[in-house]
Amino acid sequence: MAEQYTDVLCPFCGCICDDIVVEVEDGKITKVKGACAMGKSKIMGHKRIEKPAIREDGELRACSYDEAIRKAAEILVEARRPLLYGWSSTVCETHRIGIELAIEIGAVIDNTASVCHGPSVLAIQDVGLPSCTLGQIKNRADLVIYWGSNPVFAHANHMKRYSYLAKGFFLPGGRKDKKMVVVDVRETKSAKMADLFIRVKPGKDYLVFSALRAILRGHEDVVPEEVGGVPKKDLLALAEMVKNAKFVITFFGMGVTHSGARHNNVVNAIEFTRAAHLHTKSTIMPMRGHYNVNGFNQVCTWLLGFPFAVDLSQGYPWYNPGETSAVDVLAARECDAALIIASDPAAHFPADAVKHLARIPVIQIDPYANPTTAFADVVIPSAICGIEAEGSVYRMDSVPLRVRKIIESDFMSDEEIMRRILEEVRAIKEKEGKE
Amino acid sequence: MGGVRVILISGRTIEQGTNLENKLSEAYKNAVAVCELSEEDLKKLGLKGDGSERVRVRTAAGEVVVTAKKGAGYPEGVAFIPMGPWANAVVSADTKGAGMPFFKGIEAEIEKTEEEVLSVEELMRRYAE
Repeated sequence: MAEQYTDVLCPFCGCICDDIVVEVEDGKITKVKGACAMGKSKIMGHKRIEKPAIREDGELRACSYDEAIRKAAEILVEARRPLLYGWSSTVCETHRIGIELAIEIGAVIDNTASVCHGPSVLAIQDVGLPSCTLGQIKNRADLVIYWGSNPVFAHANHMKRYSYLAKGFFLPGGRKDKKMVVVDVRETKSAKMADLFIRVKPGKDYLVFSALRAILRGHEDVVPEEVGGVPKKDLLALAEMVKNAKFVITFFGMGVTHSGARHNNVVNAIEFTRAAHLHTKSTIMPMRGHYNVNGFNQVCTWLLGFPFAVDLSQGYPWYNPGETSAVDVLAARECDAALIIASDPAAHFPADAVKHLARIPVIQIDPYANPTTAFADVVIPSAICGIEAEGSVYRMDSVPLRVRKIIESDFMSDEEIMRRILEEVRAIKEKEGKE
Repeated sequence: MGGVRVILISGRTIEQGTNLENKLSEAYKNAVAVCELSEEDLKKLGLKGDGSERVRVRTAAGEVVVTAKKGAGYPEGVAFIPMGPWANAVVSADTKGAGMPFFKGIEAEIEKTEEEVLSVEELMRRYAE
C-alpha cells in the first residue's frame, strides 16, 4: 500500500513550495504531485553515487565511509590554503559545522551565491533591501515585475503560488486583479504572459533603472527618446503602472546580476524601488536559485559577520569578494585543496577556474555523480536533504522552514559527514601537535 | 561563408533544471549543449536550427561546439546557451574584482561546423590536460 505524505517541502529552488504530495511504496517514492517539472525530477531522484570512493592511480576505488572521511580529513589538514565551497543544496545545520571546520583549518569558505546572487548581496550591504515575505506579495501585490528573470523556466511554480497567478486575500480574482511586467533581453515564455514586455539591450539594465528613477522622481524631461534600447513611451507606461499600483513587487534574477554593471545594477534596482515609494508601496526581492542558497548566507552572517566568500586564513574573518570568492581563488591558482559539497562548480564555473580543480586534491560530498566527480580524489555520497534527511532552510524571502525526511536511506547525511570530518581533522591535529 | 557576431547569454532552462542532478546523462547533454539563435542569425549562417546542425561558439575566453537551435523571442545578435559546462567553456574566469564572472553579455562569434559536440567527460578530460 502506498503511503501518502502531504505538505512536503520541495528542495529544488528558492520557492521551497510546501504543498507537495508524495507517495511512498516499499520505502521508495513512486509519485509526486504539485511540484514543477524540476522539483518532481529532484524528488523522484536519479542514479546515485553508490559508495564512498578514493582515487588511486587515476581510478575511483570504492571504500568505507570511515576510510573516505579519514582521507578527506588528511587532505584538509595537509592543505595550506583549502577552499570549502558549495553548501546550497544542504541544510543550515551542515553550514554551521562547515563554518566550524573552516575556522579550524583556516580555510576560504564560499557558497554558490558567489556565481548567482552574490552581486545582490553586495548591493544590499550598500543600500539595504525594502522587501517583504512572499505571503505579503501573494495577498497584496497588484503589480508584479520580473526583471531579468524567467520564472516559467527557473522558478516554475512561483507565479502560481506567490505572485501573478495566485489568488490573494485582497486580490481574490488572482491575475484578473493584477498586472505583470517582464523586462528582459529576449521575449521569454514569462514575457509572453505579461501585460507589458520591455525589451532591454544586453547589459543596459542600469540605464533603464536610472531612467525610471528619473521619471518617478518627476524628471521625465531629462530622459531621452530611447534608453538601453527601450523607447521612452514604454518607460513612461511602466512608471504610470507603478504609480497607479497599490503594492509593487520587483523580482530580479540573473539577468541583472550576471551582466553589465552587476552589483551596481542591483543597487539601481533597489533605488528604483525606493523612488516608487514617493507614489505607492514598493518592494523588491532577489529570485534565489538553489533552495537553501540563502540559508548559507544567513548562517555565515550570524557566525562570521559576512554572508559568503570569507577567508579565515588569518585567524579572523576577512571578506573581499573578487579576492576571497571561489572563482577568483581557483582562477588565481591560489587554493591547494578543495572540499565541494552540495554543488557542482565543474559544471557552473568558467573553464579557467575549473582547470585548477584538476591540479589539486578535491573532496566531493554529493548524492550524485556530476562533472566535479571527474576531479574528485575523495567521493562521499550523501543523503538528499529534504527527502532523506531533515533540517532548516531559508526561502528566497528569508523565511526559515524545516524540510522533512520522507524516506529512510543508507546514505549518511551531509551534517553527519561534516561532523565526522571535523572530528577527524581535530584528532589528526591533536596527534600531530599542530596548532 | 562567414560567422555571425552575437552577444551571448547563459541561464536556466526547464530542461536544464530537470536534469540538474542527472548531468552525466544524454538528456542533460541534449538539453544543455545547445545554442539558441534568432531566425535572422540562423539564416545568415545557412542553418535550419532544427537540432541536426552544430555551431562553434568562440569568445575571448575559449571555444565550444554545440547544437544549433532556433530560439523563440531572440532579437538578431543575441544568442543563448543554457548554463552548464558547455556555456562555461566560453565564459571568462576574470571577475574584474567583484567575485562574479560575466555569464551574460559576452561578445561571441558563431560559425557553422561539422565537428561533434563533446560529452561532459570529454570536456572535463580536456581541462585535466
